[in-house]
Amino acid sequence: MSTATEAHGSAAAEGKKKAPAGERVADWADGRLGIYSLAKANMRKIFPDHWSFMLGEVALYSFIIIILTGVYLTLFFHPSMNEVEYHGAYTPMHGVRMSEAYASTLDISFDVRGGLLVRQIHHWAALIFLAAMFVHMMRVFFTGAFRKPREVNWVFGFLLFALGMFTGFTGYSLPDDLLSGTGVRFMEGAILSVPIVGTYLSMFLFGGEFPGDDFVARFYSIHILLLPGIMLGLLVAHLILVFYHKHTQFAGPGRKNTNVVGMPLLPVYMAKAGGFFFLVFGVIAAIAALFSINPIWVLGPYRPDQVSTNAQPDWYMGFSEGLVRVMPGWEINAWGHTLVLGVFIPVMIIFPLVLVTIALYPFIEAWVTGDKREHHIADRPRNAPTRTAFGAAWISWYFVCLVGGGNDLWATHFHLSINAITWFVRVAFFVLPVLVFIITRRVCLGLQRKDREKVLHGRETGTIKRLPHGEFVEIHEPLSQEQLHTLTAHDQYQPVEIGPRTDENGVERKISRGQKLRARLSKGYYGESGQIPKPTREEYREIESSHGHH
Amino acid sequence: MSSETGPNENVSDENLPREQDKAHGEVAGKNDPFADPGLPPHEHRIQDIDERAAKRSERTVALLFTVSMLATIGFIASFVAFPIDKIIYVWPLGHVSALNLALGLTLGVALFCIGAGAVHWARTLMSDEEMVDERHPIAAEPAVREKVISDFKQGAKESALGRRKLIRNTMFGAVALVPLSGVVLLRDLGPLPEDKLRHTAWKKGKLLVNENTNQPLRPEDISVGSLTFARPEGLDHEDEDFQTEIAKAALMLVRLEPDDIKDKRELDWSHEGIVAFSKICTHVGCPVSLYEQQTHHVLCPCHQSTFDLSDGARVLFGPAGHPLPQLNISVNKDGYLEAQGDFEEPVGPAFWERG
Repeated sequence: MSTATEAHGSAAAEGKKKAPAGERVADWADGRLGIYSLAKANMRKIFPDHWSFMLGEVALYSFIIIILTGVYLTLFFHPSMNEVEYHGAYTPMHGVRMSEAYASTLDISFDVRGGLLVRQIHHWAALIFLAAMFVHMMRVFFTGAFRKPREVNWVFGFLLFALGMFTGFTGYSLPDDLLSGTGVRFMEGAILSVPIVGTYLSMFLFGGEFPGDDFVARFYSIHILLLPGIMLGLLVAHLILVFYHKHTQFAGPGRKNTNVVGMPLLPVYMAKAGGFFFLVFGVIAAIAALFSINPIWVLGPYRPDQVSTNAQPDWYMGFSEGLVRVMPGWEINAWGHTLVLGVFIPVMIIFPLVLVTIALYPFIEAWVTGDKREHHIADRPRNAPTRTAFGAAWISWYFVCLVGGGNDLWATHFHLSINAITWFVRVAFFVLPVLVFIITRRVCLGLQRKDREKVLHGRETGTIKRLPHGEFVEIHEPLSQEQLHTLTAHDQYQPVEIGPRTDENGVERKISRGQKLRARLSKGYYGESGQIPKPTREEYREIESSHGHH
Repeated sequence: MSSETGPNENVSDENLPREQDKAHGEVAGKNDPFADPGLPPHEHRIQDIDERAAKRSERTVALLFTVSMLATIGFIASFVAFPIDKIIYVWPLGHVSALNLALGLTLGVALFCIGAGAVHWARTLMSDEEMVDERHPIAAEPAVREKVISDFKQGAKESALGRRKLIRNTMFGAVALVPLSGVVLLRDLGPLPEDKLRHTAWKKGKLLVNENTNQPLRPEDISVGSLTFARPEGLDHEDEDFQTEIAKAALMLVRLEPDDIKDKRELDWSHEGIVAFSKICTHVGCPVSLYEQQTHHVLCPCHQSTFDLSDGARVLFGPAGHPLPQLNISVNKDGYLEAQGDFEEPVGPAFWERG
């Protein structure tokens, strides 16, 4: 009681020396929200620096840009398939019958000042968002940043990528133009191919037969509410985990698995990352000013009996398009039913399969290594040859499908036969990933050898020296302590051993198939053919001392 | 740059680097050639030492922020000044909307300069001394884990969920059943498929109406080598369900030499070599519309399924699984083409009940 009075008294006495206004606001907030404990852990949080760490930022910022511009677009867009006759500012379309969705998109483009710009920023940002997520995912993959404790965050990121694709698809379907309507028709055909329930799913999604007059309104709520809502939740979780785990860093002097070296959030990353948001937004705004995207007025309103040539989805849907284009038209008719394998296999089986392989990879690698430690040092891709080869093979797989998705463009631009391209994709789908796997692994091993060489014999200076007895040698400059450490800091696993087939009593041990598979995979990953042993201290000293004889 | 770091009154002793900070990591062990030498000493930037350079950076940042302000004013001015329908020619973009270009570029510059200013500020004027945070294991200490597990066990025990099986089982039952209400509520999203996909607007005696001229077609309207699109009479663009009906009923007609028709049924269902096929691709439903008159092939522009119209619209190439359905046509007493009935099989993409 007495202390309280005292404090009160002294505060009154020092009335003039009250804390600054900002501090008082912070005190107020802390008393209600506990912000000081939050700030203590995060305000001066250290983030490491590397150019590749900004790829995820590009994705984050383009997502914010999409939300900002998307909210604006909802103010003018009418998600309705009611037929209207157009009488807006775009004269070539006067009198044309179209859905209100299409008409309002024309209005956004031609009657609302700046509407076209916002529409184009929205669409460009969506393409960049997906592309940024893709390369960000590859960065995380190739540096092994998905390892414990970050597997769950990898899955969150993967879900963001997958949901982003569907949000994009539902989004570009909204204007109800000839191109997007064709895409929706494709989707309906794919749904129809689902055995047993396909026709039911299609009727329920479209409120009856295709196209009906419900899908724009339904896609609208999926596009602006359901999917972005889920994505926003995942995004927040993703970022909280980034903060909680602290960012990975590359090996280097002073950079250990137990620390994180870099600059503090306040002020450096506040300025850098905050500034980077404006850079990304500025660049996208400029792109939207300069390059037209999805000019729906050229395409015309959707009619199920009309189509334009060069029908292409947005790039991120291209690989599923490719799968559908190159798949043979298998159909099985039996007992009065049809199994539409030609559509069902590529869209409903291979499409998810391609995505899920990459999503599950962290768990597969963790199982093979059996490693339960936390990993905060990012791998150099060459130091994980099998993983790198797997990732490169996956990318080649993805891009083969993308080529298939644009087979008509390849044919017209390069004067090739569309049949030849289709057959190329069919073969390459199976062969190319294997080739890319083998080549990438060999390249990684070669780079490991080069690192080993550099550590043991130093850097090639390019200076040739002639020895007294006439021999020419190139002078090798020993690496600095920093470089030596950096090039030898990575861990190398030993392949898992199954152990003896019989126990100490000579009784045969039970070895499960899983164990055998794991041992084989482990040998492939970390056996003699899977990695070049990094130089040991003994080897280094031996060479060091023999150099002394010169 | 280095010449500017020479003696000058702006460089005070205070600004000069103190004795190079010692690496503050572990000291490299003599025995370990690969030991971690610790963080390298911090290298000062010119701005850390030379106040003039720092001032230059400050001015650069301020300039960028000022340019941003000007660009925003430019944005507002463009919004007011340019009429929305003004088209200008800009090399190499071509004819573009003046308003869109002006708004986008000014907005782009306004945003970009804020970003560039902030990044330049951070890179040149904020401290660039690397700092170290220790990491802590993500997993909890064993004591914490023990506490949580025992708390949970205590809580679970107090709830008696494991002991009172009747409560447990009925609760699981109730919670498992209640989402069914939500599923049931989705029932009216759409009608049941029934046989809707088996029927189109075509019927016996329906005239073939030219999609372009809106006139009933006569055999002489269809010339060799051209592709004609038709819809059933009575289906109007203004109709409520036009889109849904045309999605199934869209028809394409070509005239072949009767001798060229290889398929017996196709010949029977044709009239003077005129054959009518569904325009909807049997793959995933795009309208087939590219006709090669020499070979009588039609190609779907979406996925390149190719059909041979002289041989029952057999699939020659591409992902389609079965031929395009044919419509049996003939001529009525007034000399107009008419349908002899609906398609005999469902048009468009295949589905489970198609059979």
